[in-house]
Amino acid sequence: MEMRAVYAEEMARLMEADRHVCILDADLAKASGTRALYERFPKQMFDCGVAEQNMASIAAGLATYGFKPWIESFTPFATRRICDQIAISISYAKNNVKIVGTDPGISAELNGGTHMSMEDVGVVRSIPGMVIFEPVDEVQLRAAIPVLNAYEGPVYMRLFRKELPTVFPADYRFDLFKADTLREGRDLSLFVSGFLTKDALEAAEKLAAEGIDVEVVNIHTIKPIDRESVIASARKTGAVLTVENHNVIGGLHSAVLEALAEEKIPACAVGVQDRFGEVGKLPYLREALGLTVENIVAAAKRAVSLK
Amino acid sequence: MDTDLKKICLDIRCDILECIGHLGVGHIGGCLSLVEALAVLYFQEMNIDPAQPDMPGRDRLVCSKGHAGPAVYSTLAERGYFDKKELLTLNQGGTHLPSHCDKNLTVGIDMTTGSLGQGFSCAVGAALGAKLEEDGAAVYAIIGDGESQEGQIWEAAMFAAAKGLDNLIGITDYNKLQIDGPVAEVNALEPLAEKWAAFGWHVIDVEDGNDVEQVSEAFKHARLGRGSGKPTMVLLNTKKGCGVKWIEELGPGNHNTKLTAEQAAAAIAELRGA
Repeated sequence: MEMRAVYAEEMARLMEADRHVCILDADLAKASGTRALYERFPKQMFDCGVAEQNMASIAAGLATYGFKPWIESFTPFATRRICDQIAISISYAKNNVKIVGTDPGISAELNGGTHMSMEDVGVVRSIPGMVIFEPVDEVQLRAAIPVLNAYEGPVYMRLFRKELPTVFPADYRFDLFKADTLREGRDLSLFVSGFLTKDALEAAEKLAAEGIDVEVVNIHTIKPIDRESVIASARKTGAVLTVENHNVIGGLHSAVLEALAEEKIPACAVGVQDRFGEVGKLPYLREALGLTVENIVAAAKRAVSLK
Repeated sequence: MDTDLKKICLDIRCDILECIGHLGVGHIGGCLSLVEALAVLYFQEMNIDPAQPDMPGRDRLVCSKGHAGPAVYSTLAERGYFDKKELLTLNQGGTHLPSHCDKNLTVGIDMTTGSLGQGFSCAVGAALGAKLEEDGAAVYAIIGDGESQEGQIWEAAMFAAAKGLDNLIGITDYNKLQIDGPVAEVNALEPLAEKWAAFGWHVIDVEDGNDVEQVSEAFKHARLGRGSGKPTMVLLNTKKGCGVKWIEELGPGNHNTKLTAEQAAAAIAELRGA
């Protein structure tokens, strides 16, 4: 099932149960998968048209009235375009608004560089009070949505729209503020977020065949990062690799290094090397921006060699 | 309460001068231009109860030109939301009365504002919330003329009309001056009334927005917009720094200016006819 369809299904469940849960769009309801909900929930779905700043602040106003608004757009327009509205109308003013950015990083594919956010996590992470969550698969997304809705405060969710391979078991227990160790290891801590988690696990298998025992930890919540788990794993293995669909500046790599600032542990990064995106399909973009299993394997070996 | 409005305006104006004078500097021009509007709203128009600042169904006021915080605080204090003595803590470290309005710090403040344009959209969101809750509340949203250069104001204007938010009453403090000079020279707004009408709003153009009787009549008139399916914009032609001649004469320079306690005391004495 597509991730956006899972999102829409779970949101419908929440809206059915609570008339204060609502969704605001900026002319991208179809892309977000929620267009069909307009007929079913006419008093909970609002299309603001192509006006993201207005959407963000209207949501803040609705929140002051006890509503639980979720706003949606493509990742760059849900973050960098409305950075000040997130900072002031939403977080500074302590308004309970959930922000859903779809098509993070290279997953914007054919929309190309203008629609490809490599900096959204960095932008939002630098705003006090924000929680940043990026799901790996359908199981984690389903588990997370009711938790995010129940959390009193602003959250930014980075949502891959299309279908993704399943990583988590059906009995997965989600904790918004606790990282998930997917594979225990002794030689390297690999911290990964979002859809690249599957690739990280594949890389870990290859590395195991070469005698490198990798611990794979999914950081689904990049802010606040689960410092305790990050530090414990890094101390155990003595080497770190971060893997993210984002600029290596400002995102997961930065968050992990900040957590490890007082530890003397080598760390390498697989991520976008401070450049903009470009148009193309995922396989091309993975190669062009260096987000491949082969790169993960190579970076892992380098991190281990630095011990 | 109408008969007292002039006296209330005088008291609010003096409170503004006193608290900004105590601090030594502040956004005095755009505070003084708003006095009559705030007095009429808080003492005549709005369904509020200072003893129950969070009363459900109460009318809301969003001062989107958040730098007029001291004018709103002075009005709230006069209305009994908190002790007038607190006004002297304006902008001091740890105060509940920051330069720009903050709903999490000040009793009676309905929205955090300061980044221009945003508060107006927040007010639109609150008006939508009131409609959905069917609680009968009106939302009053004060914007500046300089602020009206923000694109977000017009995004909000379009949405409010499209959604038929007739419980939303906008107020433009049209004092014709902004930090860098006259609005008409910096980035002209005219024809402003026609702009709002073209965006689908009722427009009430008040010739003298510092004449409390005209302002009072305008807001009574604005009530009639309820049920019409259209939001209403009250354009108040005001004077920046209104009430204190030398401050008025500073022109654009009175946006954020020094005011000593002695200057404030002299201005207050003059206003009170002492």
